[in-house]
Amino acid sequence: MQDAESLKLELIGAVENASTVDALEELRVSALGRKGRITEMMKGLGALDPDQRREAGQALNRLKDQVAAAIDAAKISMGDAELEARLLQERVDVTLPPRPESRGSIHPITQTIDELTAIFCEMGFTVAEGPHIESDFYNFTALNIPPEHPARQEQDTFYLPPDESGTPRVLRTHTSPVQIRTMQTTTPPIRIIVPGRTFRSDHDATHSPMFHQVEGLVIDKATHMGHLKGCLIDFCRAFFGVDDLPVRFRPSYFPFTEPSAEVDIGCTRAGGEFRIGKGDDWLEILGSGMVHPKVLENCGIDPNEYQGFAFGMGIERIAMLKYGIPDLRPFYDTDIRWLRHYGFVPLDVPTIAGGINR
Amino acid sequence: MKFTLSWLKDHLETTASLEEICERLPMLGLEVEGVENRAKDLAEFIVGYVIEARQHPNADRLRVCIVDTGTEQVQVVCGAPNARTGMKGVFAPAGVRIPGTGVELKKGVLRGEESNGMLCSEREMGLSDEHDGIIELPDDTPTGAKFAAVAGLDDPMIDIAITPDRADCLGVRGVARDLAAAGLGTLKPLDTSAAPGSFKSPINWRVELPEQEPPLAPLVVGRYFRGVKNGPSPQWLRDRLTAIGLRPISALVDITNYMMMDLGRPLHAYDADKVAGDIFIRLAEPGEKYLALDGKEYTFDEEMIVIGDDHGVDDLAGIMGGERSGCGDDTTNMFLEAAIFDPIRTAATGRKLNVISDARYRFERGLDPTSPYWGSDVAARMVLEICGGEASELVVHGGEMNWQRSFTLRHSRIIGLTGVAVPENDAIRILQTLGFEVTGSGEAIVCAVPPWRTDVIGEADLVEEVIRIWGFDHIPNTSMTNDHVVPAPALTPGQTRERMAKRVMAARGMTEAVTFSFVSAKQAVLFGGGADELRLVNPISADLDMMRPSILPTLLAAAARNANMGIADLALFEVGPQYADATPEGQKTVATGIRTGQTAPRDWTKAARAVDAFDAKADAMALLEALGAPVANMQVSADAPSWYHPGRSGTLRLGANAFAHFGEVHPKVLREMDVRGPATAFEVFLAKVPEPRSKGPARSLLKLSPFQPVNRDFAFLVDMDMPAEKLIRAALGADRKLVSDARLFDEYAGKGMPEGKKSLAIAVTLQPTDATLTDEDLEAVSKKIVAQVEKHTAGVLRA
Repeated sequence: MQDAESLKLELIGAVENASTVDALEELRVSALGRKGRITEMMKGLGALDPDQRREAGQALNRLKDQVAAAIDAAKISMGDAELEARLLQERVDVTLPPRPESRGSIHPITQTIDELTAIFCEMGFTVAEGPHIESDFYNFTALNIPPEHPARQEQDTFYLPPDESGTPRVLRTHTSPVQIRTMQTTTPPIRIIVPGRTFRSDHDATHSPMFHQVEGLVIDKATHMGHLKGCLIDFCRAFFGVDDLPVRFRPSYFPFTEPSAEVDIGCTRAGGEFRIGKGDDWLEILGSGMVHPKVLENCGIDPNEYQGFAFGMGIERIAMLKYGIPDLRPFYDTDIRWLRHYGFVPLDVPTIAGGINR
Repeated sequence: MKFTLSWLKDHLETTASLEEICERLPMLGLEVEGVENRAKDLAEFIVGYVIEARQHPNADRLRVCIVDTGTEQVQVVCGAPNARTGMKGVFAPAGVRIPGTGVELKKGVLRGEESNGMLCSEREMGLSDEHDGIIELPDDTPTGAKFAAVAGLDDPMIDIAITPDRADCLGVRGVARDLAAAGLGTLKPLDTSAAPGSFKSPINWRVELPEQEPPLAPLVVGRYFRGVKNGPSPQWLRDRLTAIGLRPISALVDITNYMMMDLGRPLHAYDADKVAGDIFIRLAEPGEKYLALDGKEYTFDEEMIVIGDDHGVDDLAGIMGGERSGCGDDTTNMFLEAAIFDPIRTAATGRKLNVISDARYRFERGLDPTSPYWGSDVAARMVLEICGGEASELVVHGGEMNWQRSFTLRHSRIIGLTGVAVPENDAIRILQTLGFEVTGSGEAIVCAVPPWRTDVIGEADLVEEVIRIWGFDHIPNTSMTNDHVVPAPALTPGQTRERMAKRVMAARGMTEAVTFSFVSAKQAVLFGGGADELRLVNPISADLDMMRPSILPTLLAAAARNANMGIADLALFEVGPQYADATPEGQKTVATGIRTGQTAPRDWTKAARAVDAFDAKADAMALLEALGAPVANMQVSADAPSWYHPGRSGTLRLGANAFAHFGEVHPKVLREMDVRGPATAFEVFLAKVPEPRSKGPARSLLKLSPFQPVNRDFAFLVDMDMPAEKLIRAALGADRKLVSDARLFDEYAGKGMPEGKKSLAIAVTLQPTDATLTDEDLEAVSKKIVAQVEKHTAGVLRA
């Protein structure tokens, strides 16, 4: 019978020479299998006397463990090599483009409305809405614009057929009718903004028959022009992200406010580049004023008890200024190239926490 | 409204500079639209003396001139035929920009002769089209003097915008009054005393107008001038009118125009010898015509106020005079009209006839009701001074108008409305300088409104006058305070949902569009609209004459436009309004989207395919699910509206309540909309989604099972028209405790299937909650599933 030591040398040598996992498995069966050589030798131990048996048994067990370990080790290293070879074969050209995915986007109007809503929310405003098809009462009369008023003529109003009672219907020319609707149904204090569609019969390079405005209305017992000024300065600086933005209030005229003010922000065109901020020029961006006592009366609010301010501005205009969009009309052209270029990442929801300037 | 600085100074005693005035005007509500300061623009153009002009040695038509500029002698090559030795002209040195051409003048050599400047023509100076020769100045003009000063061009012109309420500033004097109130000088007195007449006017008024309140012509004043000498106005008057862009015509006409611009008082001058009989004022006969001074013929209707004589109509009251009776150079007798007409009627007439005139602009904004009197007097003095002759007594129709009114200003209202503590004395002084007569004090400052301030009708207007002049800059910046440190939500749940819908759609790879609310009537009809109540009376074009009944036509039109630009694969959406009728309730906010062409561009992985109804269904369901709608409980009915493919569209509903339509767009609709290739659409009615519960936890309790779920597949043979949804619901309902999901993964019809039958295969997930499933459990539940499906669909389990 072969001694354990020489068998070990032989088997370890065979393991080292084996070139495939299959060969190793064959070797394992021939050595350690049910009829394997080491197994057979273990079977022969019964014929020995107890002392010899213990000694030989220990040697055989050691041998068995060593051979098994050698086979396992060889198998692992051989498996790694085979895997490596397979992976090399599985290589792809990673410079190939991925499967196409369409990238959605949010329209600048939506983004701008969300931005200004975030700012005015901080100041305690809520968002109100109203119908686009209005009676001329809400759009004009209640706002202190009588039928023959020049201001009414200067607005190019879209008309629809009158209702059953003969009252003219119009497409609202501003978001101001929602002031009236809100005051009629709400007991002050009132603090609302009204972003929405407005319509005027104008169509050229700088006018669109449909555009967006945001209206603001504050009514309570103490709000004065200082609040109007503070509110709009705070808004402009936050919206344009310029802490020291100069904001100027000029007297103006609107039938529904008294006193009335137009609001300019500072800008410069120095170096041929337009920039909002401290500069040598002014840019008009919105109209405002203290709500006219007649308008309050028209809504059943006592002007001796309540007062407040209102303002309105064009959303496209402030969006164009903020985001450097040169023209108005492409806002509604739905040119996919324009929308992709000027649009916003879908999940980039403007918040005060995250900042509203991109 | 244009005027020059020197004109302003006729009324305003001031030391303020042009810059100071222009900075102050907008802060008074008088927006400066432009300033033309030719003295500045022409500063480098000086009077040059031509010492010598000799023939250019190498060019027949050129002369070489030596020009004395007062400081040096410069050689200039000049092509003008009138360039000659000893003349005085306008010299421009090299380096200046020539106003008429906009080109910068460069030094040069012309055919071998140096030229270091230019002698300018009127066209080159931007003064006229005259270009036959260079400007010749009188011999006594000082050499080296600024040309602008010599030519009277150094009076800066200011152009301001006047808001509709400030009719009083449609004359230079009104602007001066505002500036004086603001502390920029003092308003000079204006002589409005009566100019006595020496005879009775041979022409009288005959006014035949229907009575109404307010009256159509409450006050008309006339005056006859005899023995006047018309002809060109004096230079100063011509210069003034020219400076503000008015063409001087003749002294009598220029005086009326000057009065209008200076004092805001439009007048009309008739050649009295061309007037037959008295001058009447009446409503026009329908169809009556006249030739106006603008050379156009206008036809009246019966609501228009006209003026004429025995010959007929020759004046549109308050708007424009006529050609026939107007003054000419040979006029010797003139009849002057200073009237007040109803502003509303004037505006309506002007609008109807589309006549725009400086007179109409002033009449419709409201004239000083006392102006017919003082206007005829001030004008009379001008006429007599410039044209000589004699003035008659006034002929007056109507009487003094009832314009006097007073309002009480509470001093506390100033700080109450503006936040500024304007001292009482200052407030009163401001009002007085603006022409108000002020009595009383404290909470009873009584202010009598001057006649020219037709806009002041209450206390708020008085406050505005005070703060406007005191200065908006004094108003404090008071930030809004909010009772809540953490602001309450600004949006209603409905608004939040609309906002969310946009972000959900965009995150699904769709591009947000904002499209017009109007479409063509043809498109409206295609999408179930077209009601007359939604048709615009005055559309911008026939393509945009109907309020849209759906957002789809505007999106599909956009798809067609993009396809024309070579981009056919689109995913567009809009969350916006559509209009079922003209009432507020008829306007609904709908989330609408389309996908056109292929789902993705051509790609090496070959994943792209044409869009189909299930893309739209996925969009609609994803949106509804994101908004918290019970999508799992919804049924799909195959009854989408007519603009969808009848066999490839559906409605997601809970009973009678339709939440969304989806499907392929009807090919006929696509053809009408010029969309080529496949297009799918969905419309989700946001308002239908129930609002989330306002009380209690927002989520139900989650119970996670520790036991492994088991998946089993079943295939059934069913009738061809059996809806898959019915089979799935049957499987789900077989054991509500165990069956947690049933998903259809195969639909097969055709080869190997019996005629009229199809195979539907579902994967059912069984989720035990109490113990691991045994073989017996599995067997039992499988039987239940098969039984339920067979019962509800008459389907047969395939072996």
